[in-house]
Amino acid sequence: MKLTLKIWRQKSSNDKGAFVSYPVDDVDPEMSILECLDVLNESLILRGEVPVAFEHDCREGICGSCGFVINGVAHGPERGTTACQLTMRHFKNGDELTLEPWRAKAFPLIKDLVVNRRALDHIIEAGGYISVSTGQAPDGNDILIGKEIADESMDAAACIGCGACVAACPNASAALFTGAKITHLGTLPQGEPERERRALSMVAQMNAENFGNCTSIGECTGACPKEIPLEVIANMNHDYVCASFKRRDDLPSPVAPVVERA
Amino acid sequence: MTLDARIPSGPIEEAWDKACFDMKLVNPSNKRKHNIIVVGSGLAGGSAAASLGELGYNVKCFCFQDTPRRAHSIAAQGGINAAKNYPNDGESIFRLFYDTVKGGDFRAREGNVYRLAQNSGKIIDQCVAQGVPFAREYGGSLSNRSFGGAQVSRTFYARGQTGQQLLLGAYQALERQIHAGSVTMVPRTEMQDLIVVDGKARGIVARNLLTGELTVHIADAVILATGGYGNVYYLSTNAKGSNATAIWRAYKRGALFANPCFTQIHPTCIPVSGDYQSKLTLMSESLRNDGRIWVPKKKGDTRPPNEIPEDERDYYLERRYPSFGNLVPRDVASRNAKTLCDEGYGVGKSGLGVYLDFSESIARLGEKTIRERYGNLFDMYERITDENPYKVPMRIYPAIHYTMGGLWVDYQLQSTIPGLFVLGEANFSDHGANRLGASALMQGLSDGYFIIPNTIGNYLATNTFPKVDASNPAAQEAIQAVKTKIDKLLSIKGKRTVDSFHRELGKILWDYCGMARTAQGLQVAIGKIRTLREEYWKNVTVPGSGSDLNESLEKASRVADYFELAELLCIDALDRNESCGGHFREEYQTPDGEAQRDDEHYSYVAAWGYAGPDAAPELNKEPLEFHYVHPSQRSYK
Amino acid sequence: MATTQVVSNQLHPITFWQSSNGKKVVMAVTGVMMFGFVCGHMLGNLQMYEAPEHINAYGHFLHNLGELLWIERGVMLLAIALHILAAVQLALRSQAARPIGYSRSEAINSSYASRTMYWSGPIVLAFIIFHLLQFTAGYLHPHAQFVAGDVYGNVVSGFQVWWVSAWYIFAICLLGLHLSHGLWSMFQSVGLAHPRISPILRKAAVAIATLIVLGYISIPISVLLGFIK
Repeated sequence: MKLTLKIWRQKSSNDKGAFVSYPVDDVDPEMSILECLDVLNESLILRGEVPVAFEHDCREGICGSCGFVINGVAHGPERGTTACQLTMRHFKNGDELTLEPWRAKAFPLIKDLVVNRRALDHIIEAGGYISVSTGQAPDGNDILIGKEIADESMDAAACIGCGACVAACPNASAALFTGAKITHLGTLPQGEPERERRALSMVAQMNAENFGNCTSIGECTGACPKEIPLEVIANMNHDYVCASFKRRDDLPSPVAPVVERA
Repeated sequence: MTLDARIPSGPIEEAWDKACFDMKLVNPSNKRKHNIIVVGSGLAGGSAAASLGELGYNVKCFCFQDTPRRAHSIAAQGGINAAKNYPNDGESIFRLFYDTVKGGDFRAREGNVYRLAQNSGKIIDQCVAQGVPFAREYGGSLSNRSFGGAQVSRTFYARGQTGQQLLLGAYQALERQIHAGSVTMVPRTEMQDLIVVDGKARGIVARNLLTGELTVHIADAVILATGGYGNVYYLSTNAKGSNATAIWRAYKRGALFANPCFTQIHPTCIPVSGDYQSKLTLMSESLRNDGRIWVPKKKGDTRPPNEIPEDERDYYLERRYPSFGNLVPRDVASRNAKTLCDEGYGVGKSGLGVYLDFSESIARLGEKTIRERYGNLFDMYERITDENPYKVPMRIYPAIHYTMGGLWVDYQLQSTIPGLFVLGEANFSDHGANRLGASALMQGLSDGYFIIPNTIGNYLATNTFPKVDASNPAAQEAIQAVKTKIDKLLSIKGKRTVDSFHRELGKILWDYCGMARTAQGLQVAIGKIRTLREEYWKNVTVPGSGSDLNESLEKASRVADYFELAELLCIDALDRNESCGGHFREEYQTPDGEAQRDDEHYSYVAAWGYAGPDAAPELNKEPLEFHYVHPSQRSYK
Repeated sequence: MATTQVVSNQLHPITFWQSSNGKKVVMAVTGVMMFGFVCGHMLGNLQMYEAPEHINAYGHFLHNLGELLWIERGVMLLAIALHILAAVQLALRSQAARPIGYSRSEAINSSYASRTMYWSGPIVLAFIIFHLLQFTAGYLHPHAQFVAGDVYGNVVSGFQVWWVSAWYIFAICLLGLHLSHGLWSMFQSVGLAHPRISPILRKAAVAIATLIVLGYISIPISVLLGFIK
């Protein structure tokens, strides 16, 4: 089938960007949209043009590298699917697809469809871990964890850090991402001792990174390729509120946000 | 060159403890004075960087992705083995060791494998403490399953995303050290060359993928944890960015490359659907626990699978291997699928596929149970193929998945260049000629969490490190060589894209050096690779410049290395006149078509040394000794 | 490693208020207070279906609460002010968080109510001001004479003007829309949610909002239809 790809082209963060339309013939319905871009790029290279830059790596929906907004929806129209697993059979001959990068102040644009998502790393860096060094662990079965608890934790831990939640949120909030990590670790007994400190640090970093606020509208969970439930945000707020009502002298220090570093 | 693997003498059970005790220690206050470079941030690199940071070393960790959490370890689905014996089914350290040596077709080093089995339990404990949400029983204890044909349940898992969860554990530990200031993370940066000063690895040349800037990084030791080289085949289950550049440059700087021809083909991948195919997607091996593999008995049968009656189906694995059936090791399952497809029994549009059928299990256990066990895999299959595996059998075909070969390392994970350590899939050490399922995660974490923190200390404590900086002639020579290569690639301006060359190279390897190899075919392949490489340097086109994000240039540089690596792969395959594990030479098979080892002549590690651009590589042999597991013909009948 | 002063050395309440999450908690708490008022006010209004003396006496009772009345008014004003202040600040923050928007944007998982909170809120505020001027202060009572103390009469004469009723019904519907999202969103904001309970909360929020809308708008409709004279 034949499609038109209307793609945001921007040489660098300092240049002005614009949409450019590219007709692509020979689109096979079995292709993924990334493979469709591969085909386009091969033809651009042979014509002496600069290919479209987009991020990708594992191409099986788990590394979280890929992602752009397709026709106004992060990762495209299929629920629970990353761009790399979105096959072209979901589109019709003659369709025009608009491809735009994730848009958020916290995600400065690098080139075309590629943005800098280091802000998400900073949120983890601020406290998204359990402070246990190698060699300090007791036997894996010393602390029993009920199946339901383990499952709930796993639901949140499935986050791939792609940033679609931020892209889909009208406020560009990273609440789902942050809430997912807080829920993953806070649900487990191993994460309990640092639970409140973790919430304070991660929320502080999230705010420092220029993400917007959460208005509980749920676009994030709709766009999330791993369908992380919205309740993880409530868990984050719960831990944050509890922590805020306690006095502590050892407040963690957030790191310089991405936007400031630039 | 004589290869000293530095395996401690004495009983194998005490070898690692003894080695640890014999190692020199670095004074705690001196640790921060030592700079260590870690290249790669997957299970091996991430866990190593975090552990070394915890110890107080000054660590710099590099990855080419935008964040360390993207490393391809994340894609491992099935699980991680550990000799915990929680299910009380006869598991032990010795059994895990035994199975791994046997599964590797007696081409692995006993000492290393035993240590791996010893560490396996500690890995699970460490990961649990980090918050990895392993599957649990209702009573709260860790859940186990049997995997990849093992006869004990020793595999721990977190749904179908075990690799992801383990990697996130290591990534979080790494981020904690980054916050503490002991590790500096350098993302979107690719190692381009190794800097060797006075015979010791002292740093790397790295390229910033956003600006193209080449920088020199100096350290007292360099750790490579950059994964395998499966992408040399173009189509593989590796991530698109996974590459062999780091280990290849180390090879060209003097590190030996061991057993390059030991590549693993995974039997259950989704078949290729067209020329545009960019990678292959793995379906977890656990599917073989409940699925039955078959092809039609009639050649070229185009009927839909549900219309083929039971007596016209050939459940070939059950027929040929009555005791293991569909659970034979990966190499055996893959080879059988290929043979049948080559003979014309394959299914699907391309004829390159066999059925993996769940109808019998669904009838026996109910759809609900099957959904609970494999729901996410079935969903993924349907997403990609638009076929519902609950109703229609899956189509699967083998694909390159893992490379057992890699840089040669001794017992302390040090390569033949002092100060250059190699961890995880990038080294060759633990899996012999075939890796068992759920063992890769185990090896990566064992190397990173528990081995390198000990052995690197020994190296640092027993060596002196004269001051070196970027102006050192060795560093300047390395950076200049990289610059020259990049400029050359950009200046050719030929008529073919990098991908078209890579695809053609991959096809040559797959055809002649894939699941079955012959001496004649390998010679043809070497010729074709050389011709193609010559054309590459005359006719490739790389658009854009070297001073901004340019994926074509990144690929061009990697593919240039793949040509050389592909040749070495074929040379090694040609030199190893036997069949073992993933290396199947058609000339050497038993009367019923199984791999025929030649222990008398080939019970060694083939470690190849670089001899110059046009010279044949030099073969060094490390003889393998088996004191605990005695080589025997593998049989899964 | 470079650090910025975001939380260290600051008092907790300030840090709390400065974070988006803290502001949302303030919005939730002030929202609950206003919701309480809305419920009480509706129950009071429903006395319109009884004899005129009842509601007039009720009005008289409220007006003679003295300091209590002013405390209540003060608390409500503070709640409204904080609710609005937080909302405005958060809206500005959100705008800054996405300086360049999408050329195309499609909602796939959110309710109409949740996406229109920034519209329904200010319109309801405008309505409240009009409403106070009409029925509390009596400054604005179109086409009729405001009689201090005669609550029943004022309501009837006020709502007999069709556009006053229409404006009232429209604003109350918007209030309902606002509540249908706000009533469950506040549980999220203060951190009370669970995969099993949240879907029930969402439905309950819509049901309560509907009841409130019906309760309020039944009065102008009854007046217009002549059930209440």
